[in-house]
Amino acid sequence: MSKAGTNQRGEMPDPIIKVRDLWKVYQSGRVSVQALRGVNLDVPLGEFLSIVGPSGSGKSTLFHIVGGMTPPTSGEVWVGGRNLSDVGDGGRTELRRTTVGFVFQKFNLLPNLTARDNIRTALHISGQPTSVFSKDFLDILDLLGIAGRLDHKPSEMSGGEQQRVAIARALATRPAILLADEPTGNLDSANSLAVLKLMRDLNERLGQTILMITHNDEAAQYGHRIVHMRDGVIVESSLTSGH
Amino acid sequence: MIFRLVLENVRHRPVRTMLSVLLIAVPVTLILALIGLSNGFLEDSRKRSAGVGADILFKAPGGSLMTFSTGALPQKIVDVLMTEPHVVQATGTLVQPIGGFDSINGIDIEAFGKMSGGFVYAEGHGFQTPDDVLVDTWYAQQRKVHAGGKINLLNRDWNVAGIVEPGKLAHLFAPLSSMQDILGSTGKVSQVFLKLDDPKNADKVAAALKVKYADYGIWSISEMQALISVDSIPLLKNFINVILGIGVIIGFAVVSLSMYMAVLQRTREIGILKSMGATKSFIMSMIMAEAFCLGFGGTVAGILFSYASRTAMHAIAPASLPQAIVYAWWPIAGAVAMGAALLGAVYPGMMAVRQDPIEALAHE
Repeated sequence: MSKAGTNQRGEMPDPIIKVRDLWKVYQSGRVSVQALRGVNLDVPLGEFLSIVGPSGSGKSTLFHIVGGMTPPTSGEVWVGGRNLSDVGDGGRTELRRTTVGFVFQKFNLLPNLTARDNIRTALHISGQPTSVFSKDFLDILDLLGIAGRLDHKPSEMSGGEQQRVAIARALATRPAILLADEPTGNLDSANSLAVLKLMRDLNERLGQTILMITHNDEAAQYGHRIVHMRDGVIVESSLTSGH
Repeated sequence: MIFRLVLENVRHRPVRTMLSVLLIAVPVTLILALIGLSNGFLEDSRKRSAGVGADILFKAPGGSLMTFSTGALPQKIVDVLMTEPHVVQATGTLVQPIGGFDSINGIDIEAFGKMSGGFVYAEGHGFQTPDDVLVDTWYAQQRKVHAGGKINLLNRDWNVAGIVEPGKLAHLFAPLSSMQDILGSTGKVSQVFLKLDDPKNADKVAAALKVKYADYGIWSISEMQALISVDSIPLLKNFINVILGIGVIIGFAVVSLSMYMAVLQRTREIGILKSMGATKSFIMSMIMAEAFCLGFGGTVAGILFSYASRTAMHAIAPASLPQAIVYAWWPIAGAVAMGAALLGAVYPGMMAVRQDPIEALAHE
């Protein structure tokens, strides 16, 4: 993957995420809230996409639908070749287990387990061997700089370390897509910078497709492309300065 | 990995875990202590019956094995029974319950001693006055009495003439004539023990006596030993069933509440697991595995507490409350605790399974 969105012959492959006329309506009592209103989006394999927008713009809802956390109201959402409009709860669970990995603002590590056991839990859930980490994954741990912190619990780690463990856990199952929801929102500027660089490295070195939600315009610049959302629709899509 | 998750969850909240285990242990202890008491009492009865040295027990018409009708037989029947074939010794005793499982037995000490081989005295001596009683070492320990001391029974002060080794008929003995006077049963006995020329004749002689004394209660000692069981004590089986039911209810309620709290406390963790693709069965297995651990812990604690209960009962009332450890009931008590624990985890487990991952992750 020399450049996001094209294969080695320079052709545009099928997008790994394809969204067509996506609507999401939440019912709150008698009030209907249209969180997404006809969103269309393509994310090619290997792209690092930043989604920005104010609170209530629908970016988190889009994130949750693409991640299989909630079903769409209408429209089509293809993720890794699977149409999420056609699958039920079991299908979305399967998607989370095999195709996407999540990184959250609040790290969301299992607090009682060590970093190693957090990672092993993800491997166990995805049905992969848990006793020994693969060579590729050990390289990722080295890249993330947490190989020496695996036997520590989250409470014994800094925020930056916790987020790097969360990234490692999300990547342990080798998901096609890494979904990051405000991954630097709880970090100081130094750790934020480190995490963003790591994500860019993961994208460049491993070709990892990344979809990142952020409020921070500076953080958004680490992606290849920035999608701006407002009031449930995509209002702008632009390549970042480096692309 | 589920085991690791469960283990860490259990370890992470030690107070909740300990309280749950202790509460689940309560019904297990109740069941084992009750069964232990029943069996201990019955085993003690068996040993003491055997300690009489008789081959046949003879009771009044309609008499049952585990109940006594004071002075229901004329004492002269002892002499009559002595004339029966193969009978070489006969002695009548008058039994009077004195509360709880205890009774005082009026005996003809010479005839009883001849049949049983005589008392072994730890302290003192046999009857010397009509106000003398003998107590066995367990009862002496329970009442803290010694030879030469006084004891009030049946509204009368008795002299403790001797302390005897346990295992012969009862824990308390008084002269037969004194008991007959006190109870207004002059010339009466409750039961007659018969010793035969050969114990092998017991069944044959008992059968012959049953024909001759049709309505009387007649058992060979081996038959009697077999009949001394939970079923022969009126309502005991029902009582045990009630305790088992209470055990199930307590275990169910405790685990249900405990797991309900655990699910609430772990809402976010459940959301995290769901975000990783944990299936409903994975989440349910985790909750059930934790309930299983609590149930198992409660069972082990309950078994240990039953030993503590036995020690306490032996220290407080060794004669009245002999508690046995009945290994055969460990799996039953365990099954009650585990079954109740697993049942109690079903609803919290369903709650966890149904949690929306987005809401669960937003839970603070």
